[in-house]
Amino acid sequence: MDVVIVNTDCANLASVKYALERLGITPTISDDSARIKQADKVILPGVGSARAAMRNLQQKQLVEPLQQLTQPVLGICLGMQLLGLRSAEGDVDCLGVIPCITERLACANLPSPHMGWNQLLATREHPLTKSLTAPSYCYFVHSYAVPVGDYTLATSSYPQPFSAMIGANNFYGMQFHPERSSAVGERLLADFLAMEAA
Amino acid sequence: MLAKRVIPCLDVRAGRVVKGVQFRDHQDVGGIVELAQRYRDQGADELVFYDITASADGRVVDKSWVERVAREINIPFTVAGGIRSLAQAQQLLAMGADKISINSPALSNPELVNQLVDEFGQQCVVVGIDSYYDAEQQRYVVYQFTGDEKRTQATTWATADWVAEVVDRGAGEIVLNCMNQDGVRRGYDIQQLADIRQRCAVPLIASGGAGSANDIVEVFKQCNVDGALAASIFHRQQCTVAEVKQAMQTHSIPVRW
Repeated sequence: MDVVIVNTDCANLASVKYALERLGITPTISDDSARIKQADKVILPGVGSARAAMRNLQQKQLVEPLQQLTQPVLGICLGMQLLGLRSAEGDVDCLGVIPCITERLACANLPSPHMGWNQLLATREHPLTKSLTAPSYCYFVHSYAVPVGDYTLATSSYPQPFSAMIGANNFYGMQFHPERSSAVGERLLADFLAMEAA
Repeated sequence: MLAKRVIPCLDVRAGRVVKGVQFRDHQDVGGIVELAQRYRDQGADELVFYDITASADGRVVDKSWVERVAREINIPFTVAGGIRSLAQAQQLLAMGADKISINSPALSNPELVNQLVDEFGQQCVVVGIDSYYDAEQQRYVVYQFTGDEKRTQATTWATADWVAEVVDRGAGEIVLNCMNQDGVRRGYDIQQLADIRQRCAVPLIASGGAGSANDIVEVFKQCNVDGALAASIFHRQQCTVAEVKQAMQTHSIPVRW
């Protein structure tokens, strides 16, 4: 299978690559729009700030090519937030392929960022949530999140529920890091790789 | 619910994992990747690797093993030791480290915390703090260069003030190492950790003093820390990570299985 990891220049590219290699896939890391378009599956990783990541995608002229992809695309962490319309982090327009908005996580009195292993709760039947038999813990590190809405596939809570997984058409997002979420994360990545083109 | 993290700490010296008592008399306890795999298999939630000599003798961490760990393990890990520049941090993160932890260099150049946060984001910047109870002054004081006993020295920072300073500069997590407890396995410094917890708005990890699974249970129950670091009890195979989590669960502390 031909999997391309989009090189956003600010991401944990190596850990995503190694996670795929542990699943027997040799991915290509690329910021070339023609190469990305050819892939069977595209992964958009991300750490850092939404503003910096969108600036990098614009400089690489990847905004439109990414919006036009038709194969399954998975955004991870910040990469998931980039799939939405806007992010409150830096108040920046994002790719807009999933009609949701990223807001600051309301942690109440809990430590922020939300860091560590938290439980996922599937809220919709979907090829990406079929492995989520309770209890499924995944590793989160973030202080912004997509509120629960029409495109939510699974939630987690800190203390308020937020979207742990989202999806619309051929675009999917995971707020946690499946590449660092032990056996559960490996199953979720494998489920994504097994998805049929929409 | 967010699980409380159990974090084996691997002190690295010259490419091997070592363990000292109050930072001295280091003994070899095994290979880096071999121990990382063992703890992953036992259910460790995260790993921390400290190159304990790096800051003190002016080197940066020997990095070749970071990539091997990143390839092998499917849980997050932090690398610490002598990270003084954005370029050094960038290299470690590019090799697959999830977080970088700075300690002595932050004390020498506090602005480094801001620079790292601006460049890589708050989520991957950890500040490690070595805190010692000074009985004469009757206060907790931050120490620097603790990797080398010849250069170890007290700073002018009171621990609570330094925590406030680095959180204000954007640190995403604090590892508080209570030096009086380190390696002596008599339990964590409950009083200090409970006090700092009140003042720390970011995740707080307890370090120094774990001698039994029960010590780890107590630090979660009494201090509400987010994670507990321990070394000797795991390296000496006194108990496994799974046994610690079993004890935590018995006391209704949320754990990940």
